[in-house]
Amino acid sequence: MTVTVDAFRLISRAQGEYARCIDDGRMEDWPGFFEEDCHYRITTAANHSEGLQAGVIWADNRRMLTDRVSALLEANIYEAHTYRHILGQPAILEESDEGARSETGFLVVRVMRDGSSDIFATGRYLDRYRFHGDRARLAERVVVCDSSTIDTLLALPL
Amino acid sequence: MAPRVEQARSAAPATAVHLKRPEEGATLTSTLPESSAKTEQGRPEWPEELTRVPYWVFQRQDVYREEQQNLFRGPYWSYLCLEAEVPQPGDYRTTFVGDTPVIVCRDEDGELYGFENRCAHRGALLALDDRGSNAKDFTCVYHAWSYSLQGDLTGVAFKDGIKGQGGMPKYFCLEDHGPRKLRLAVLHGLVFGSFDEDVPDIEEYLGDEILSRIERVLGGRTPVVLGRFTQLLPNNWKLYMENVKDSYHASILHLFFTTFGINRLGQRGGIVVSESGAHHVSYSAIDREAEQDAGYSDQNIRSDSDYSLADPSLLDGFSEVGDDTTLQILSVFPGFVLQQIQNSVAVRQILPRGVESTRLNWTYLGFEEDTPEQRTVRLKQANLVGPAGYISMEDGCVGGFVQRGIAGASDEEAVLEMGGASAASSESRVTEASVRGFWKAYREGMHLRQEKDK
Repeated sequence: MTVTVDAFRLISRAQGEYARCIDDGRMEDWPGFFEEDCHYRITTAANHSEGLQAGVIWADNRRMLTDRVSALLEANIYEAHTYRHILGQPAILEESDEGARSETGFLVVRVMRDGSSDIFATGRYLDRYRFHGDRARLAERVVVCDSSTIDTLLALPL
Repeated sequence: MAPRVEQARSAAPATAVHLKRPEEGATLTSTLPESSAKTEQGRPEWPEELTRVPYWVFQRQDVYREEQQNLFRGPYWSYLCLEAEVPQPGDYRTTFVGDTPVIVCRDEDGELYGFENRCAHRGALLALDDRGSNAKDFTCVYHAWSYSLQGDLTGVAFKDGIKGQGGMPKYFCLEDHGPRKLRLAVLHGLVFGSFDEDVPDIEEYLGDEILSRIERVLGGRTPVVLGRFTQLLPNNWKLYMENVKDSYHASILHLFFTTFGINRLGQRGGIVVSESGAHHVSYSAIDREAEQDAGYSDQNIRSDSDYSLADPSLLDGFSEVGDDTTLQILSVFPGFVLQQIQNSVAVRQILPRGVESTRLNWTYLGFEEDTPEQRTVRLKQANLVGPAGYISMEDGCVGGFVQRGIAGASDEEAVLEMGGASAASSESRVTEASVRGFWKAYREGMHLRQEKDK
């Protein structure tokens, strides 16, 4: 069976938009990159290699991501800051006409209101995408941070 | 414990004394508060009442050094790891007591041993990983001095030299050298250690009220680690401990529950402060009587907010241990927390990393007895806590807000008057009694002030 969908192009496009959404501060649009029955979690390389299930953020559907955004916008208190995501090229691990598995390295710089810019996180996205025509949506994103330490707190998603 | 503290005091010339009475120094100190009288270390004297905490205690390098000596390496118990993390002979974990690196290891005899992670030769670390298994010994990479799993020096490379040349002197005795050993105590699967042989037994140290509440969460169950996360806090470690013990801030700083209209009506609660002030428990529980009286028997969640959760199953939990307690935050002096927030159970290890830096190690727990559904609840409710927790992320930054806020205020003091001036247990959580308890234990352990007769 030949694969007719260009997974690399669909995933690259989705990820470019994903990063731009968070970095522009359009949090309310972020859940839209996921399928309704998605899984999203942020963990560390140490937890991941040990097979430990917990995340600093853990969601098993898109409504939980919506709640995460509502909490960030309405309830939680943290100093104003922005991210700058720099993504590597996605490595396509498995692909079909319906979807693909991919892995993408990332680097996130956190810019605080006093102007300090620090590397907040580096790691990789372990993704499962589903294709809908010309769009790719995340059925699963496991954000595996290289370091096991998070500076101060994690508010905005990675 | 009291007699030994007295000994320590008499041995420490650092005990706070007035070098001059405030009025005698009027020309120099007229613009400063009375507490500006200086001790031998050049610090303003510690205030007499528990309701004031001078800000210099969060800022000074000499205080940091004395804390390491008097508290972390003194007659106190520090949390090291879970027994479940070192189940087999040859398993070990590396961690810290304050800023002192240590190894916890299970020897072939099945017992746990703890000792400094430091070679007795030139001081290098003996173990470089966070954890390991099947260890037969610990060998320093620098000069291959080797140690048993109990921390005893068993070998020195080229001890007898080569071809009769070099080597250690004949009088060199292995038994005379080794990393300092820890006294260990295992309590319901929690491993504590102390460098001071004279530390009271852990049961006496904690007291029945604290013990029974540790047992409530961990007793008779086998914890399973669900994940480990570290938060690097931009503040002095004591600001985090104050925050943990501060039941006053919970509904004010953490707006998640109120924003989403999750007001549990029938709640009762309170705080327990141990006699020394050192340890505390804050708890809340479903109040069945109040619920029935108020007619809320079949709905204990009221929504009077513009916002609601798209997935309210976040809060669908189960009775953690078969009782009505839905929240129990427990702290052990100087730097340990056991938390049950609904079905999110975790231990937190608080490690000073400098005057203005603290490592907060979270270990999220489940139990072997969990059903798959219960495990999912735990993973979901872990969203409430940790570095990104709905009701805990603010605790990661608020200590930094204080640290930055007090930058020019070393001679000023924090005010802790909510709920009075004592450090006693209370039915109300609108109190700072357990924070005052922390300072009561702290100033005694640091010999900052002689306790007055009660």
